[in-house]
Amino acid sequence: MQLDTFQLIDRIVDLNLDAKTITVEAQVPATHSIFQGHFPGFPIMPGVLLTEAMAQSSGWLLLGLLKFERMPFLAIVKEAKMRGFVSPGQLLTIDAKLEHEGSGFAVTKAKGRVGKDLKCSAEITFGLTPFPDPALRVHMDAMANKIGFPLEGMTHG
Amino acid sequence: MSSTFEQIANIIAETCDIPRDTIKPESHAIDDLGIDSLDFLDIAFAIDKAFGIKMPLEKWTQEVNDGKATTEQYFVLKNLADRIDELVAAKNAGTGTGS
Repeated sequence: MQLDTFQLIDRIVDLNLDAKTITVEAQVPATHSIFQGHFPGFPIMPGVLLTEAMAQSSGWLLLGLLKFERMPFLAIVKEAKMRGFVSPGQLLTIDAKLEHEGSGFAVTKAKGRVGKDLKCSAEITFGLTPFPDPALRVHMDAMANKIGFPLEGMTHG
Repeated sequence: MSSTFEQIANIIAETCDIPRDTIKPESHAIDDLGIDSLDFLDIAFAIDKAFGIKMPLEKWTQEVNDGKATTEQYFVLKNLADRIDELVAAKNAGTGTGS
């Protein structure tokens, strides 16, 4: 988890395009300046970052389903629930599944766990648009390689 | 069973917090009800789920942008209800809904 650059997902554990599901891991850093303020004496991951982590997990799922032909952009977050504290140094495992693919949008449901404990969940809607800049596409390819996205079998445009 | 318009109107009222009695068959979703594109995503999701279809919003938008259709054809609610009925009929006939 690279908090400074908002790259919250470390590794793709499983991507199942038939079942339209993904499982990823996100290692919460043991130390970071965020925890100095959130909160002194009781450092925990901000809920907004847990929500972002669920969104990024869903985003990788959608990129796989869309064969990297479109970029999912966060549009709506519903029913975001922070069900338990996530502490520095903990390993967050996030499962996301496609709930609905509409015309130009998609809806996912995501859940984050530490061990077996459910920590967060949300229903997330994305707008699906052509990549607005080639540099973003290049960046996403590089990130995909970095986090172990199974690119083989994907049709790159 | 309620009509397609009734179902759409109820979805819009719930999704956008618009009083149900202000939503008429002649209402234009954008011009009269003030529904923006983000709210319409939410409405589209609810309609897709309720009717088991995939409304071809991108195709409709393209047609409007190209001057081949007017927004009234798709976003006046009685017309939207007709489009949805067509999509449901196409689905039931196994001809798909386009994209």
